[in-house]
Amino acid sequence: MKEVGDAKLVSLNDLSLYAGPRQILERISFEVRANEIITIIGPNGAGKSSLVKLIAGLTEPSSGHIQRKSGLIYGYVPQNLRVDQSIPIKVSRFLSLANVSKASLTKALTQVGANHLWSNQIHTLSGGELQRVLIARAIARQPQLLILDEPLQGVDVTGQTELYRLISDIRTELGCSIVMVSHDLHLVMAQTDHVICLNQHICCAGKPENVSQHPEYLKLFGQQSVQDIAVYTHHHDHHHDLKGDVTACSEDCQHD
Amino acid sequence: MIELLIYPLLIGVFLTLITGPLGTFMIWKRMAFFGDTVAHGALLGVAFGVLLSINLTVAIVISAILSAIALAALRFNRTLPTDTLLGLISHGSLALGLMALGLLANQRINLVSLLLGDILTVSGEDLLLIVALTLVGLLVLATYWRPLLMCTIDEDLAKVEGHNTRKLNVILTVLMAVTIAIAVKIVGVLLITALMIIPAATSRLVSKSPEAMALIAALLGATASCVGLIGSGFMAVPAGPAIVSTSLLIFLLVLSFQQKPHSQH
Repeated sequence: MKEVGDAKLVSLNDLSLYAGPRQILERISFEVRANEIITIIGPNGAGKSSLVKLIAGLTEPSSGHIQRKSGLIYGYVPQNLRVDQSIPIKVSRFLSLANVSKASLTKALTQVGANHLWSNQIHTLSGGELQRVLIARAIARQPQLLILDEPLQGVDVTGQTELYRLISDIRTELGCSIVMVSHDLHLVMAQTDHVICLNQHICCAGKPENVSQHPEYLKLFGQQSVQDIAVYTHHHDHHHDLKGDVTACSEDCQHD
Repeated sequence: MIELLIYPLLIGVFLTLITGPLGTFMIWKRMAFFGDTVAHGALLGVAFGVLLSINLTVAIVISAILSAIALAALRFNRTLPTDTLLGLISHGSLALGLMALGLLANQRINLVSLLLGDILTVSGEDLLLIVALTLVGLLVLATYWRPLLMCTIDEDLAKVEGHNTRKLNVILTVLMAVTIAIAVKIVGVLLITALMIIPAATSRLVSKSPEAMALIAALLGATASCVGLIGSGFMAVPAGPAIVSTSLLIFLLVLSFQQKPHSQH
């Protein structure tokens, strides 16, 4: 595997993935740079999970290639991990299987605000608590690249905002890059540097505020999400009519 | 009577020391049907062993490993659900095996003892084989315990953290196949899965950690095997079914104690 320059952690070149005759991913190319948060959005079945699994090295592409910085340490938070009910296991034992020192585990658990869960049985945790424990496990490994597959599954709305804040704090504290999958752009916008809109191929990519106005994005997610985003970013480059539909600003529109 | 039971008792104890922990993995990975399939495949193994006049234990071990490989290969076929495929192979090989053994009508084979086990006629050689299997099996489990556990909890997470999940799955599958193959002689084709999963299931009710579950499963298995054997002597019933019934009885007892606090509410 060829080494990638310092700033790039992973670079994907022309990746395609097939499951039998069915194409899952089509000619994907992009780079993950140091200290960058990338969000992958797309409708169900767009291949988001398959793409992050490729980045994490869990599957191999059918064609194309991935270059990784040598010795790259990953942290991975899988989508919807459910420890089988038949396995009795405490959070502490689960974390200890990660092969890192107890000190860094405790630190990571404190960092995600889940220290009190240390001696709980893992099956008694709520969705949000389990996500925190999984994130703690991933960051205890001191990753250079943290991969989060739908980190908000089973987390209520207030918990979601908190978790996103946590994720962006992690970037600041660990100085790592983050690749995450989400299907709601408006929640992640504030914490994201780069958005990739995926529907088997990359429909559009760029800064969140640009992607949210991109015709390909609008085609996938419809007008409704534009309003959600407008509320969050307060970029008043348009007006709303009485129904809430977006109307263009007049030429002499003065406010931003 | 106890003198006659020394070998069987020792065999029962040593065997359950390894079937207990393997039974916990069988439950965790939902492999109960896998156990049945491999055990039923052993009947075909016996038939081939007789036909080719090779050592029957060797023939059973080979057939067990072959059915394990067949199962792993079939898992990639998504057209039919896994339990359907397992049922197909499992009962298919049971039927074929019974037919083949009927056709062979060989004096070396006692069908009832194949189906229900024959722990009372074991030899010193059998005892040595079981002791060796148990020691090697426990050594393998102890060596790979952490990665195996991680791989059982979540394969993707294990892989990202640098474990070779393919290798771990092969180790566990082969260990199970060989154990089942050897245990078939003791408790028979029909009851081997029960011998493995019932103590582990009982253990789940009372354990708070994976290690405790494996250890308690081994101890419960050993207890059931001693009590069952001695009981079968007194009651003049087949030993294999007596051991499994004892195991079941322990499960029910623990379950009823477990549920008391809930029913008081």
